[in-house]
Amino acid sequence: MAAHRPPPALAALIARPETGALIATGLVMAFFGLASQAFFTVAGAGVWLESASTYGIMAVAVALLMIGGEFDLSAGVMTGFTALTVGVLATHFGVDIRLAAGLALILALAVGALNGFLVIRTGLPSFIVTLATFFVLQGVDLAVTKLILGQVTVQGLSKVPNYDSIQPIFGSQLQLGQGHFYVSVLWWALCTVAAVWLLNHTRPGNWVYAVGGAPLAARQVGVPVRATKVVLFMGTALAGWLVGMISLFRTSTVQATTGVGQEFIYIICAVVGGCLLTGGFGSVVGASLGALIYGMTFQGITFAQWDTNWLMAFLGVMLLGAVFVNHWIRLRVAPT
Amino acid sequence: MSQSDVPIIAARQVSKAYAGAVALRDVSIEVWAGQVSCVLGDNGAGKSTLIKILAGVHRPTAGQLLLDGRPVDFDGPRAALEVGVATVYQDLAMVPLMPVWRNFFLGRELTVGRGPARRLNRSGMRAIVRQQLSQIGIELRDVDQPIGTLSGGERQSVAIARAIHFGARALILDEPTAALGVKQSEVVLKYIRRARDEGLGVVFITHNPNHAYPVGDHFLVLNHGQAQGYYAKAELSLPDLAAMMAGDPVDLS
Repeated sequence: MAAHRPPPALAALIARPETGALIATGLVMAFFGLASQAFFTVAGAGVWLESASTYGIMAVAVALLMIGGEFDLSAGVMTGFTALTVGVLATHFGVDIRLAAGLALILALAVGALNGFLVIRTGLPSFIVTLATFFVLQGVDLAVTKLILGQVTVQGLSKVPNYDSIQPIFGSQLQLGQGHFYVSVLWWALCTVAAVWLLNHTRPGNWVYAVGGAPLAARQVGVPVRATKVVLFMGTALAGWLVGMISLFRTSTVQATTGVGQEFIYIICAVVGGCLLTGGFGSVVGASLGALIYGMTFQGITFAQWDTNWLMAFLGVMLLGAVFVNHWIRLRVAPT
Repeated sequence: MSQSDVPIIAARQVSKAYAGAVALRDVSIEVWAGQVSCVLGDNGAGKSTLIKILAGVHRPTAGQLLLDGRPVDFDGPRAALEVGVATVYQDLAMVPLMPVWRNFFLGRELTVGRGPARRLNRSGMRAIVRQQLSQIGIELRDVDQPIGTLSGGERQSVAIARAIHFGARALILDEPTAALGVKQSEVVLKYIRRARDEGLGVVFITHNPNHAYPVGDHFLVLNHGQAQGYYAKAELSLPDLAAMMAGDPVDLS
C-alpha cells in the first residue's frame, strides 16, 4: 500500500484538479493568438468570452453535480425548454413576460427535483434517468411548440409588454472600443464565484464531495446524502434556466431544438476541468476554464478561417487527454 | 463519577436471534476505562453481532446492556454515539479522494460567521487535525492530501483519532488490523495502547491472537455464537489463546 504513496510534487498536483485545464487554457490561447490576428483584439475577446459564458454557467453547475457523483443529460435541452416556456406563454397566452420567466424557473426546478428524486428513489444510474428526461423534454419542446404556435420558432417576443424591463438583465451588452461584452459574461463570473464558495467554503460543499466520493461512508457520518443530490440536480436545472433566459433575451427568439446536443459539451468542459466521471473529485474553476477553452477554440477556428467542423475533433482529443490524466490520478489516490 | 468501579459499558447475558436463527447466546462482556477487552473468534462466531449490540445497531433479543452500571437501551447508533460509545468499522466511513481534514470533520464541520456568510473554519479544522495526528505520531506534510494517499494503518489511526476527538469514552474497533501488514498492524496496536493509556475503554475485535494478546486486558473467545470463555490476561498465555482459537481443548488449571 505504501508503494502507492505519491511524491510531494504529485500530491500538490492532485490537490489542484484544475491544473491541467489551466495549462491547456494557456496553450489554446497562445495557439489561436498566433493563428489569427483578430483573436487578441478587444472585439475578438468579446466574441470568445460571450461564446464561453453560457457554456461556463452550465459547466459550473454540471461540475458540482459530477463531483456529487451524478450526471444530468437533460441539462442541454433544459435551456431550450425554459426559453420556449417563456416564449410561448408571453407571445401566445399573453402572460406577463416577467411572470412567464418566473414560471419557467419554477418548472425547471421541478424537473430538476424530479430528476434527483427518481435517481435516489430507484437507485438507477442518473445517466439513464436523465437520458429519459432529455428525450421527454426534447419531444415536448418540439411537439407542444408546434401544437400551440403551428411552427417550431417563437417570434415577435420583443413586441410583448414589459419585454424591455427584463431584457437587460439577461441580454444587455457593453461596448468597449470595438468590442461587445454581454452581461452573460458577468453571470458566468458570478456563477463561478458562487459555486467556488459553496463547494469549498461551506458545509454543504463538503457534503457534495462526500456523496460523490463515498455515499455509504457519507451516510455513516450523518451527511444528508439524498437531499444533497436532489439539490444538485436542481442546481443544473437552475443553470439551464439562466442560460435559457440569456439565449432568449439576447436574440429575442428561440427554436424548439435549442440546447439539444449541448449536454455533452458541458460534461466535456467539466472533465477537462478535472472532474472525475466517478464523482468525488473535481473543480469548479477547472470547469469554467474548460468552457473558456471551448469558447476560444470555437471562435478561434472561425477567426483563423478554418473549417469549423474541426471543433468536434478537437473536443474529442481534449476529452480523451483529460480522461487519461484523471484516470491516472484516480489510480494513484485510490488504488482499488 | 466512580468510573473505575463500574465498566463504561457492559453486556449481560445478551442473546440475538435473526428470524429464528440464534447468532449470539448468553454472552457477557465488560468495557473498562483504561483497559482493552478483546473479542476473538472465527468468521461467523458472533463477533459482529456482539459489537452491533454494543454500538446500538441491534437490540438484543434477551439480556441487558449497562452504561456506567445502569441499564440502557440504545434506539440506534446515534444514541450510542451521544453517550460516547463510538464504533470504527472496517470501511472506516472515509472518502478516499477527500483531503484528510475534510474527512476528519465530515458531517461535523466547524463553521464561523452566520447567515449567508457562514463558512467552514478551514484553518481551525486544519490546525486541529494536524495537532491530533501529531499526537498519535502521524506527521503529514499536508493535511490537504487525499486520505486515500495514507497507508492503511494511518487511515485506521485517523478514524480512531476522529472518534476520540468527537467525545468517545468507549471505542469499538471492528477488526482494525484485518487488512493490514505486520508493520501497519503495529501502528494500529500502538495507537490502541495509547487510547487505553488516555483512559478510554477499548473493544478490540480480531481473529488474530498475536494481535490481541499483547494489548488486551480481557479476552472473550466466541465460537458459534457462544462464549467459549472470558479471561483476564493473567489467566492464560498466548499459546493458550491461540489453541483456543484453533478449537483445541485447553487446560488452564
